[in-house]
Amino acid sequence: METQSIRSKRSVRPRSERVIEGLIKAGGMSSILFIAGILLFILKESSGYIFGSFNFVEFFTSGEWNPASVEKIEYGTLALLAGTLSVTMLSMVFAVPIGLACAFYISEFCPPQLRETYKILIEFLAAIPSVVWGFIAVVIVNPLLINSFGVATGLNILNAALILSLMSLPLIVSIGEDALRAVPESYREAAEGLGATKWEIATRVLLPAAKNGLMAAALLGVGRALGETMAVLMATGHSIRFPSSVFDPVRTLTATIAAELGESPKGGEHYQVLFALGLYLFILSFAINILADWLVRGRGKKV
Amino acid sequence: MGKLIIKLYHPAALLLLLISCQRSGQHTIIQNKGSDTLVNLAQMWAEEYSKVEPTVALAVSGGGSGTGIAALINGTVDIANSSRRIKNQEKHDAEKFHQAAVQEHIVGYDALAVFVHPKNPIDGMTIEEIGCIYGKRGKCNYWSDIRGTVVPGCKDNQIIRISRQSNSGTYQYFRDAILGPTQDFRLGSMDLNGSREGIDMVAQTPCSIGYTGMGYLSNHVKTICIAKDSQSQCIAPTPANALDRSYPIARELFMYTVGPLKSDLKKFFDWIKTDAAKKLTIQSGFVPVP
Amino acid sequence: MYAPNQQLINKNIREERFKSILSFLTVIIFFPALMIILWLLIKGGPALSWEFIFSSPTKGMTAGGIFPAIVGTLWLVGLCVIISCPLGVLAAIYLSEYAKDNHTTRIIRLCILNLAGVPSIVHALFGLGAFVLFLRMGTSILAASCTLAVMNLPVIITSTLESLQAVPRSFREASWSVGASKLQTIRHIVLPNSIPGILTGMVFAVSRAAGETAAILFTGVAFYLPFLPMNVFDQCMSLSMHLFTISTQVVGVPDSYSYATALVLISMVLVVNTLSVAMRWYFRSRRKW
Repeated sequence: METQSIRSKRSVRPRSERVIEGLIKAGGMSSILFIAGILLFILKESSGYIFGSFNFVEFFTSGEWNPASVEKIEYGTLALLAGTLSVTMLSMVFAVPIGLACAFYISEFCPPQLRETYKILIEFLAAIPSVVWGFIAVVIVNPLLINSFGVATGLNILNAALILSLMSLPLIVSIGEDALRAVPESYREAAEGLGATKWEIATRVLLPAAKNGLMAAALLGVGRALGETMAVLMATGHSIRFPSSVFDPVRTLTATIAAELGESPKGGEHYQVLFALGLYLFILSFAINILADWLVRGRGKKV
Repeated sequence: MGKLIIKLYHPAALLLLLISCQRSGQHTIIQNKGSDTLVNLAQMWAEEYSKVEPTVALAVSGGGSGTGIAALINGTVDIANSSRRIKNQEKHDAEKFHQAAVQEHIVGYDALAVFVHPKNPIDGMTIEEIGCIYGKRGKCNYWSDIRGTVVPGCKDNQIIRISRQSNSGTYQYFRDAILGPTQDFRLGSMDLNGSREGIDMVAQTPCSIGYTGMGYLSNHVKTICIAKDSQSQCIAPTPANALDRSYPIARELFMYTVGPLKSDLKKFFDWIKTDAAKKLTIQSGFVPVP
Repeated sequence: MYAPNQQLINKNIREERFKSILSFLTVIIFFPALMIILWLLIKGGPALSWEFIFSSPTKGMTAGGIFPAIVGTLWLVGLCVIISCPLGVLAAIYLSEYAKDNHTTRIIRLCILNLAGVPSIVHALFGLGAFVLFLRMGTSILAASCTLAVMNLPVIITSTLESLQAVPRSFREASWSVGASKLQTIRHIVLPNSIPGILTGMVFAVSRAAGETAAILFTGVAFYLPFLPMNVFDQCMSLSMHLFTISTQVVGVPDSYSYATALVLISMVLVVNTLSVAMRWYFRSRRKW
């Protein structure tokens, strides 16, 4: 008898509750909605070009990006891709080792009181806006490079890579630290019980155990560097070419969109091609994120 | 405390909404967009004009002449600033969209100056030499290619070309005037974001060469004179030479509107012809329309 | 009785050496940032004054102050937080309390991760296509804030989710066992205990929105406006955009002016972050578990 009355009470939930729960479910789906929306709108605005005069070979293999040409309009993105990749890869050469070392230090070796302080400082580093980094690239790093290396110009791959590494460090450190924390305490205790020192625990036990999470951290750092716009717009010197040294100015995909979008009349071919560049970037970052996620979840099941 | 913040959330949101409902009835806004060459002058005019007509406000944006004209075609601006003449295709698109004629207003004259680092021994160049440096068909990559010049402090004597981005009217005018209607820029120049970046860059880089509107020159760089060809005289970019067109790369500065002028716009264009506005033009380094 | 042999001593020495290398590497990360802030203070400090903060730019933006840019940034940030917070909190509540461990949930998490990783210029393209054009908001504070809100959604969702999940399950079970419904439990027990995380997320969103430039470039910001924005359909200036234009376009701006603008922007962001740290400490001390 009592159960019956409870059951009937449960099924007559006030309408307001159902509305709110509906809102909650809708909120949950919102992220899918936005990602799908981004893909949709970018596709829509670039579809005229993609299904029209898109030339696969030219787009992906030509180094001539010349949308405003009077001789021959060409939309070759290879030089832009070279710019993006060179800047991103060099910045990762700096950021990944230092970032992971920092993650290890904060997670394993650092005295507990200092840990909080370092984490707060990392947050502060992450909060510096990208336009300020770009400003610093132009007024501080630029003359520094000219004076130290005697090169012709200080707006180049090295400049952008230094700035980008400082920008992606916080991400690598915090995700790397999460990965290390996810390793069960029992691993450490077992190793310590066998007489291992902290360093040996870190290198022989934690590194292999957390390696998927650490790789994901590095990948997300790559994604961050790849997608940066304002700082590279100001730091790379914005020059279309295939670089032959780290002191060469280059141009990235992101900076190209930012610099040229305003000029193109909406719906015109240049406008559509820029949206196609956006699609290119979206797919690249999507791939990196899926890979990072798979590393953390798919392969790391043993942890 | 957290509860307090949550409690404040609703009133704050309501307040913002309430403010929003009161539309800006006090201000008529004139949307003014386009050339980065003109943007500083346009901004000074906007500052001064808001004192003359407090109920009318000019919203100024840059982005390049191409951006302004594109916005004119799309119907999102009232005035498009341009440092180059509107192309026939653009005019056609604008008139088709608005079903009204495009009106061209000349608001000043500018000389396009070419400048190098102060240590560079070159004092003047011909249009052909500049084309050799910047053009696609040109083959001058080192300063020694230009009459055997050697620039002190320049590594390998290489030429670093400072240029602008393709949405810039300065870029397009320079191409038409120096490279000719059938030649592109050679890729690989440093296409900086604005005039100031260009000046700063050349001031620090002995190897470099750049170009900009006369109004942006500073004494941190060395302006060179231009000769039409090796026989002609080398003329310097001064306001006088810009006005009498003796300087080979002098140009008009335009503002474009579409359709018959509304009264606010007409008042603004009338004001541009006054002495107060002309003073600002001269202050910006350009030549006012006499 | 147990005397360490030479091998063990060497191992310990090596260990200390590695430890000091790691701690050195950690410290040098902050060194450039510290130098930069010091340099900004030295070069920009002289230009800072009440007049600088509270007056408008004059003389072709080479003198005067940066007040309209500050106001514009506040507008953008405020509206962004108002839009993204409810949405983010709802999404986090769904993930924490209602979502089952199935394919859809996996996709949602993936989408949140991707939203966080999308380049900011692609967000700008989306904002242009969806808010400015499709929803016909025009270039306005509203369109720019919506774009910023979509960018910041992952930040709010992640930190809210963390704090929701940190509330011990026993709290929920106690509430259910006295007959409260799921929603009532969330409203009266779980949410109030997760406010620190929600506030942290809000604060992160604020500092990201204040510094963003690319996303607002085509959706709502102007080079110069002679009036302060009055409603959400106006355009606005912004600190980040202002710094960009005076360092790349406006000739004749004294160096100290640009450094001071960068200083104001960084200080705003750092103050907000300090606030978040302080809030977290305060709430941690009042935690009921």
